[in-house]
Amino acid sequence: MIKRLMKSIREYKTPSLLAPFFVALEVVLEVIIPLLMANLIDDGIYQGEMRLVYKIGVELIICAILSLIFGMLSGMFAAKASSGFAKNLRQDLYYKVQTFSFTNIDKFSTSSLVTRLTTDITNVQMAYQMIIRIAVRAPLMLIISLFFAFSINKSLSLIFLIAIPILGFGLFYISKKVHPIMERVFKRYDALNNVVEENVGAIRVVKSFVLEKEEIKKFKHVSNEIYQGFSKAEKILAFNGPLMQFAIYACILLISWFGAKIIVTTNMTGLTTGELMTMFTYSIQILSSLMMLSMIFVMITISRASIERIVEVLEEEPSIKDKKDPIYEVKDGSIDFDKVSFSYVGKKEKECLKNINLHIKSGETIGIIGGTGSGKSSLVNLIPRLYDVTEGSLKVGGVNVKDYDLEALRKEVACVLQKNVLFSGTITENIRWGDEKASKEEVERVCKLAQADEFIQKFPKKYDTYIEEGGTNVSGGQKQRLCIARALLRKPKILILDDSTSAVDTKTDNLIQTAFKEEIPDTTKIIIAQRISSVENCDRIIVIYHGEINGIGTHEELLKSNKIYKEIYNSQTKGSDTNEKK
Amino acid sequence: MKKNEIKKGTLKRLLSYVLKNYKKQFIFVFICIIISSIASVAGSLFLQTLIDDYITPLLKDKNPIFTELLQILTVMGTIYIVGILASYLYSRLMAVVSQGVLRDIRNEMFTKMEKLPIRYFDTNTHGDIMSHYTNDTDTLRQMLSQSLPQVITSVFSIIAIFCSMVYLSPMLTGFVIVFTLLTLIVTKTISSKSAKYFLKQQYALGKVNGYIEEMLNGQKVVKVFTHEEHAKKDFDKLNEQLNENMYHAHKFINILMPIANNLANLQYVCIALIGTVLTINGTIALSIGTIVSFLQLSRNFAQPINQVMNQFNSIVMALAGASRIFTMMDEEPEQDDGYVTLVKVHIQEDGSMIETNDDSGTWAWRHPHHDGRVEFIELKGKIDFEDVTFGYTPDKIVLHDISLYAKPGQKIAFVGATGAGKTTITNLLNRFYDINSGKIRYDGINIEKIKKDDLRRSLGMVLQDTNLFTGTIKDNIKYGKSNATDDEVIQAAKLANADNFIRRLPNGYDTMLTGNGAQLSQGQRQLLAIARCAINNPPVMILDEATSSIDTRTEKIVQDGMDKLMDGRTVLVIAHRLSTVRNSKAIMVLDHGHIIERGDHNQLIEQKGQYYQLYTGAFELE
Repeated sequence: MIKRLMKSIREYKTPSLLAPFFVALEVVLEVIIPLLMANLIDDGIYQGEMRLVYKIGVELIICAILSLIFGMLSGMFAAKASSGFAKNLRQDLYYKVQTFSFTNIDKFSTSSLVTRLTTDITNVQMAYQMIIRIAVRAPLMLIISLFFAFSINKSLSLIFLIAIPILGFGLFYISKKVHPIMERVFKRYDALNNVVEENVGAIRVVKSFVLEKEEIKKFKHVSNEIYQGFSKAEKILAFNGPLMQFAIYACILLISWFGAKIIVTTNMTGLTTGELMTMFTYSIQILSSLMMLSMIFVMITISRASIERIVEVLEEEPSIKDKKDPIYEVKDGSIDFDKVSFSYVGKKEKECLKNINLHIKSGETIGIIGGTGSGKSSLVNLIPRLYDVTEGSLKVGGVNVKDYDLEALRKEVACVLQKNVLFSGTITENIRWGDEKASKEEVERVCKLAQADEFIQKFPKKYDTYIEEGGTNVSGGQKQRLCIARALLRKPKILILDDSTSAVDTKTDNLIQTAFKEEIPDTTKIIIAQRISSVENCDRIIVIYHGEINGIGTHEELLKSNKIYKEIYNSQTKGSDTNEKK
Repeated sequence: MKKNEIKKGTLKRLLSYVLKNYKKQFIFVFICIIISSIASVAGSLFLQTLIDDYITPLLKDKNPIFTELLQILTVMGTIYIVGILASYLYSRLMAVVSQGVLRDIRNEMFTKMEKLPIRYFDTNTHGDIMSHYTNDTDTLRQMLSQSLPQVITSVFSIIAIFCSMVYLSPMLTGFVIVFTLLTLIVTKTISSKSAKYFLKQQYALGKVNGYIEEMLNGQKVVKVFTHEEHAKKDFDKLNEQLNENMYHAHKFINILMPIANNLANLQYVCIALIGTVLTINGTIALSIGTIVSFLQLSRNFAQPINQVMNQFNSIVMALAGASRIFTMMDEEPEQDDGYVTLVKVHIQEDGSMIETNDDSGTWAWRHPHHDGRVEFIELKGKIDFEDVTFGYTPDKIVLHDISLYAKPGQKIAFVGATGAGKTTITNLLNRFYDINSGKIRYDGINIEKIKKDDLRRSLGMVLQDTNLFTGTIKDNIKYGKSNATDDEVIQAAKLANADNFIRRLPNGYDTMLTGNGAQLSQGQRQLLAIARCAINNPPVMILDEATSSIDTRTEKIVQDGMDKLMDGRTVLVIAHRLSTVRNSKAIMVLDHGHIIERGDHNQLIEQKGQYYQLYTGAFELE
């Protein structure tokens, strides 16, 4: 898992290595400095040797300056490495998502992908920065300090060998006990956020059902669970500090006792008073690096969930991939469904399309009509290979869609999705999604075709009008027409409109259809609609019911032969016979 | 108020949460912290005396006796143990106090939020509101459980050490003060630099996240247009920018510690030099032991100062967070001066009504008059708008002099373009917003006199954006009536025609819904919302584009259920699909806040006005 993440370090390997390297140097100096300070006291001040005081003083200043430089360098490299790593990781994730098929996207859901790309990456970055500095610092500090302590006095240093395992075990035991509690608490945290999110989004529902009190109760319940969980965890964690203090104080007392004895009995030859002071410094350094190690342990466990979520995306296999020697040219706009079955989850019981046989000639205009969830969108989504068929085969231009280069296929099969999205940017920029190099005239032409030019001209800035994110500043009908124009700019061989004129008035809808007939007669057009009026002039209309083709024919034929079609027709015209347009 | 500005008195107010409910604990914590820091200062002072008063004399002794040393070590051990106990007690108590305060703030925040008017939710983005519960509370947790005790401990250590230093040598102490000031200036400069980049980083981060969100939301469109390469290019640019700012921000933070540490080291050397020189020269009379002790103290002095500085950032961040939380808490809550309540009554033969606790009674408004007389008015569902004028902001009126009425059981429809004011009318009836002038009456009572809760209980709402809650389908249907039986739930679902699809789900009525019912289609979610409304049996219903996402054939099926549901109720319906409103008693055509046409379907068609145009498709609705 960690290995997968490490791949994203790339060009930041050097700073990632330099940071711990300088940390190591800094640590060495941090251990030497107390040693020099001891010398300063023992040899310089106590002896009244001014020369030595100066000499050691200068050495100390040099060491401090070096330590400063190393410390700053390690800090800078760590910052560079960690923010660079985060950058690469973000990029890798984002690029990976770009390779995802619709199935992959459905699996993760947009909001969870956004969280992974934002919060999770920040967590991992913090952990990474911590690791390349402290994960090096702590053990190194421990070892070097221990080494110097031993070089000062072996028997006295044995005290550390007793203290370290006791403290280490204690700290380990505490974090082990706390970790599962923390994990539970964080889950409850998600639940809490969920309650808030639902309430913020559904405040009108809550208020109109007058359920504020119940919602508050619900919230307080979760809030209290978090309180209990956290208190429990922190009560255990409260042992950390005192345990640490206990270890340090015990060491100090023991060192004082035995140290004093050694000093006095050996008359300063076995141990000097300055060295004794240094031993105190080392005991704090050694034991606090143990503390740091346990902190790293906690950090890693906290970020583990984030790491898992990121790796899950990185290791996701795109369910649709290009073939090895793909075909780059789509001959014409014919479409053939042969015994096609399809299920989003790949399970037979949950098929949403069953045994579809359908042959569409190039240039034909096909209408598709059917109820909510009958499988209309699923059917057309198969054509640009947004999903793969579960069974059977689907051919476009006489070639199985799986044999095409995806980009080539999708260039010829333009799809206006049901959930239309416009992006922040000007109208022209949005339309040019269809073809980046399209000229201004070209853009205006397709907008006229899609009956969008008229309202665009009414905007003060016309084609340079800025569209807000999600297209919130244009009406639904305008948005749909812009999306149609965007698709038209591709000059596709097959054009699919998935309920794309639902918000457009019938008159304009008819104008669009007429324009299609006259301007792009060779393009195969597939129109999904709720309104009969949107499809009644199609060459053929397909009625889909529960994932199966219930009827195919012209408007007149279906009115006579198809019960469902007739029902839909009646539902839209009932009661209007007296005053409807003639 | 700007986003990162801290309101005055925030710290005081935050501390008042601690003192309000946890006064005893906090005082105890305070005492324990003092004991613990005294123990630690005593410890470092002891180390000085250890050499001067015990080891050095013992060295001179021919037959050293260690009993005195043992005694002082025992005393020290006892002090240490008291210190350890004190610090355990305060950590443990502080955990409870800080978590308790967080819980209190969280609960108060949510309770407050539920009382805020709809206006607040309409004018603040959901992301902003959410961040009070996540980011802002997180900063508080950090501060309460870590920074606060840390700072208290450090301050005590600083004071204690400072006193000892002054006692040993006022002159050298002056030198330490100069050095400390220098350190503070340097750190201040660096942290202000880092703060600058942190702001930039937040901005860049917001931009990257915004871009990611927009692109991933439109990911399917990106795929359809094979626009992946393009999307990568733009992303890379923003990502690189973020990296740049993030690097600088962290760089400055990271170099802060080594600078502070080594300044302390330099200070040590300087004191050693100055102290020794001055003593040897005889300028000041200091014993060698004093200099050594002073050196140790000066090192111990730098440590808590660095710690306070380390905590400083998180404290500022926490105060900013707290300030944002308090701003939300200080929002004006929804006012309710209503005194007319909804009660159950038994209607006597003579038409008079007697209040009852019995469930079998009928609903009635209990209207106490100023003279002490109590009037009961049967709940029927009569709605009157009299010259209602309203604007979301005073300078922009959205409804002008609207007058209309709906008799009990009538269906009134509103049609018109987006922004014509249809939804606003329903927002006013349930008092999500209050009108500027005019009157709205419910069963003849001015709705301002009716208690909001009761008013809303008597109104059923189905909105365009269906919001479902985490829980089973059953839970969702009985949302407004928690004591509903399974039978009632199924009955309501059948009425809305939802029963069919629910039964086809793997777990039927017990299917768990998460993420606003993401696993259901928009149409299915709307069916559930209709069922949820049906179970409450309200006398008045508001349907705001309730069937817009259901296809016409399914709508027809739903419509049968809806017709049953609407039977005997007053219904206000908003729809852009005219087939939905055709059978209304009266249809109002709204345009820019005015009712421009009214009448039933046939009348309006005959008028050949806007409705006729809409109906024949000559005019676009949205």
